[in-house]
Amino acid sequence: MFLLVFVALHLALNLAAVVSADLYRQACEFMDTNILVKIMVPVLALGFIVHILFSIFVEFKNWTGRPAEMRYAVPCKTKVSSWASKNMFVLGVIVVLFLVLHFTHFWMHMQLQSFLGKEGTDPYQLVVNTFSNPVICVLYIVWFAAIYFHISHGFWSAFQSIGLNNSKWLPRLQFLAKLYAICVFLGFTLIPVYFLCCKCCCCAGSC
Amino acid sequence: MKFTLKIWRQKNAKAKGRFETYQVEGISPDTSFLEMLDILNEKLVREGKEPVAFDHDCREGICGMCSLYVNGRAHGPDDDVTTCQLHCRKFHDGDTITIEPWRSAAFPVIKDLVVNRGAFDQILQAGGFINIGGIVPDANAIPISKVDADESMDAAACIGCGACVATCKNGSAMLFVAARVSSLAKLPQGRVEAARRAKAMVAKMDELGFGACSNTQACEAECPKGVSIAHIARLNREFLLAKVQD
Repeated sequence: MFLLVFVALHLALNLAAVVSADLYRQACEFMDTNILVKIMVPVLALGFIVHILFSIFVEFKNWTGRPAEMRYAVPCKTKVSSWASKNMFVLGVIVVLFLVLHFTHFWMHMQLQSFLGKEGTDPYQLVVNTFSNPVICVLYIVWFAAIYFHISHGFWSAFQSIGLNNSKWLPRLQFLAKLYAICVFLGFTLIPVYFLCCKCCCCAGSC
Repeated sequence: MKFTLKIWRQKNAKAKGRFETYQVEGISPDTSFLEMLDILNEKLVREGKEPVAFDHDCREGICGMCSLYVNGRAHGPDDDVTTCQLHCRKFHDGDTITIEPWRSAAFPVIKDLVVNRGAFDQILQAGGFINIGGIVPDANAIPISKVDADESMDAAACIGCGACVATCKNGSAMLFVAARVSSLAKLPQGRVEAARRAKAMVAKMDELGFGACSNTQACEAECPKGVSIAHIARLNREFLLAKVQD
């Protein structure tokens, strides 16, 4: 749930780049200097690490629950399970792999430089440059799709796993999960699409 | 009706199993699935062959003994029924039907389609009971709200057949454990030991090699008694509260 809040905050700050360059720079400046954010960054990193390690542990346990030699000859035909719910680990691996790419694009040029006491690249220019490449934009949208599926199950599943669920709230939480995942996907996708379109418009103008 | 049956045959727990194919003919659509297997077994006995071993007892959907994985679904293609209540009319004439035993690391095959579900007994022995000493008050003397009594009864409908474990991609027994914990947790008599029960039963489940719950909802869909995953949420709640109290 902590990670879900982080995703919403990340999206809100990123959308500032679509509104105006100055607003985005102010948002980055705030994130770079605010004491609460400074405290929460290692907590967030720890949250991610715990989430990943626990997922690996649970996945390994689940593999041993029904080992490969015990698989059914006829695959399960129960239709209620969502595709995301059956592939959370694979989706998680995809999310983490793209996260590495994301770090090389932004984190290494912004937060890491700040941490090392060096002058970072202008954040707005970094966004413009990164999303001027259509291939990178497509890769990011694939990443956002993986995040969509991961969250569409993970959101309500998190509530279920800590016991905050019942028969009445199950359909409500599943609806909220879908809604939240769609907002996250559309919100994040807007950013590369917006900057790519801007570049195309600029090119068309210069031509 | 005429069927081609692909049935898992395994001599004993240590032997390597394989599928064998049989033909059955002249089956009435109203024949129950287990009766159809009885007809096959009579034919095999007449031919001097080893009959197919499969679990069954009451044949009324109550005891939870029947445990067949039929064409990719626990208890076959019908909803909310055990295999003994499945009828041949749910299939098409000439169908090939694949019959497998429950598959889980915690449910080893004993012979053919019979698996050892003793792991469920061990989980129950770990905490699925009420242990009130002294003078036991009359149950009817304790006021219990209708909502709580209904929820408890819904959970108590679990017959312990193991379809949840057989269906879950992780071989998890969470729905079974949740049904036991939930049915007792909703009653005043069961509240006394609720914390210890949740911890002990979950620990035993983990120890016996069942997988973890990843909330795919497959268990709920294949449960012949329609036990809801809302009971798993209650188990998680009871377990976390018990751990916090520690």
